Amino acid sequence: MSDITIPQPARPWQRKRAEVARSGVSLALVGVISFVIVLFTGFAGVDGWAVTIFLVSAVLLFIRGRKLSTKERGNAKIQLFITAAAVLAFAPWISIFGSVLIKGIVGLKLNFVTTDMRTTVPDDDLTMGGALHAMLGSLMMVVIATVITLPLGILSGVYLTEIKGRFTFLVRFVVQSMSGVPSIVAGLFVFTTYVSVTNGPTALGGALALGVLMLPTVARTSEEVLKLVPDDLRSASLALGARQWRTTLMVVLPTVRSGLITAAILGVARVIGETAPLLLTAGSNTAFSFNPVQGPIASLPIYVFGMLQIGTEYAVNRAWTGALVLMIVVFALFYTARKLGGKDKR
Amino acid sequence: MHVVHSRGDKVFRGIVTAGALTSLIILGLIGSFLFARGAQVFSQYGLKFITGTNWSSSMEEGIPSEFGMGPMLVGTVIVSLIALLFAVPMSIAGALYIEFYATGRVRKILSGLLDLAAAIPSLIFGLWGIEVFSDMGQRWASFLGNRLGFIPIFNTISDNFGRSPFVAGCVLASMVVPITTSVAREVYSRTPRELIDTCYALGGSKWGAIKTVVLPFGKSGVVGGAMLGLGRALGETVAVYLVLNLNFRYTFRILESEGGNVASLIATRFGESTSEELTALVAAGFVLFLLTLTVNMIASAIVTKTTRS
Repeated sequence: MSDITIPQPARPWQRKRAEVARSGVSLALVGVISFVIVLFTGFAGVDGWAVTIFLVSAVLLFIRGRKLSTKERGNAKIQLFITAAAVLAFAPWISIFGSVLIKGIVGLKLNFVTTDMRTTVPDDDLTMGGALHAMLGSLMMVVIATVITLPLGILSGVYLTEIKGRFTFLVRFVVQSMSGVPSIVAGLFVFTTYVSVTNGPTALGGALALGVLMLPTVARTSEEVLKLVPDDLRSASLALGARQWRTTLMVVLPTVRSGLITAAILGVARVIGETAPLLLTAGSNTAFSFNPVQGPIASLPIYVFGMLQIGTEYAVNRAWTGALVLMIVVFALFYTARKLGGKDKR
Repeated sequence: MHVVHSRGDKVFRGIVTAGALTSLIILGLIGSFLFARGAQVFSQYGLKFITGTNWSSSMEEGIPSEFGMGPMLVGTVIVSLIALLFAVPMSIAGALYIEFYATGRVRKILSGLLDLAAAIPSLIFGLWGIEVFSDMGQRWASFLGNRLGFIPIFNTISDNFGRSPFVAGCVLASMVVPITTSVAREVYSRTPRELIDTCYALGGSKWGAIKTVVLPFGKSGVVGGAMLGLGRALGETVAVYLVLNLNFRYTFRILESEGGNVASLIATRFGESTSEELTALVAAGFVLFLLTLTVNMIASAIVTKTTRS
């Protein structure tokens, strides 16, 4: 009987155990040396750590690199640089998420979402007063803005995908450039055309400014989702004798219903945190005002901004909590949009 | 193919076309209204409105007001350029890292993080900038100022490094990075796979493939992404407003605690302005509008061209 050796499937692309162990040792070495350096030189803060770790890794790479070939060494050096720059690019966002969560959660009590600032001053204890009025105000403005811009955005999308008239290039180009209009300019525009000629800052003024900023996002997303409708559906509908308007209204648009809702949601997410235009068009308030065409209205971004301007300890706490709520709302919107967006593609 | 449209179709097409053209109309209205409201200032000051250094609104009779937005305009460009100087290399590295170095779960997490970061409102960047980052930024600024103070732009008169164009530029950079990174990543991911594989087959290393194939292929796309970022940085209001100390003086000392920004000027002065100053603010808004519109049009032309082909 001869021994039959069954060849084990090899995975040459996988890192060998020795390599993994070696890089593990390297990492540990970097950690320990950096720790020692930080301990003895007094490099403070996250930046001190980062610089130390980078330098130590570079030195270690230099020492280890002598065993490698020129090609491998060059590769490893570049990888270190790219990784470091990438970490530098991603670090601020992690810091932002972390600080908003940590500092915001302090003031996130039930009263924050159930009461307003009518009878509370910002310096009162955090168990008093809240941002209910600001949330309702934001909601009201966003709803009005959506009602105005969603139809226009969908019409743009339909024009670009169904009609493809002679303005196609122009419309696409204008929508692109409009997405770069600074938010304060949108605010100034609504201020000069509407707010200054009527009775001052109102919810409608704020909503119009937000609408200007929202339209490009809604139009572009609508175009993207309408592009996904298979041409067979259009042909089938036309072959059954439906005119183009019936085809569009009864076949094309219903097919991408959830995609169009996604467009609206993305538009809302784009503008819900806009502060500058609302400074000019919506003003601020300590309570919710139900009349959209009369009197200034509070909003979440302006609430955060105003509290930050006051600058006392409790006010800044309130600002962070407002920022946390704002961030939760934005992420919830994005999550919903992604869920819905996945539905149409299938 | 010639299609004959029924009357219903004609009406339908008319409505849709009108709807699609509203964005054009709105854009035109923004430009013309701001110009019309600011026209008086333009005719009164002429080019001096752009180059003048004094911005004083007079409440009393007899003392004339004077409006020149020069320092603000220069300050806006300086802060935005600082932001780009940091953001572009970081974005290229970030995009390369996600596309070519990160694997499996790390890659998934990072691209998710990138999407989320693009959605953070600028207000939160400003809040983070003044409350969290500012200390660290000041530390870097004083480090630069003490070591490189002999270079004119790093020179400082006072020992106050907070609320400087440098710190504002850093905050703007972190705001711009998500945009530029996602454009760069999009372009890099379109690099033809065969080209990269050819590179490997010829014995090239990963960096060799990136240097010779990926980077040249994505060059114009990255330029477009950087321009998009520049457009956003130029027009940003609250993040800069919260972090930068406005001052009406031409200054190129980026570490000094003073700087200029058109959008912040509008936000700052708006609340307490007289009707005369308001006109000047609207005129300043018009200049900002033209500036960002130009940058964005160039950017979108570049990005459209590179991502279509």
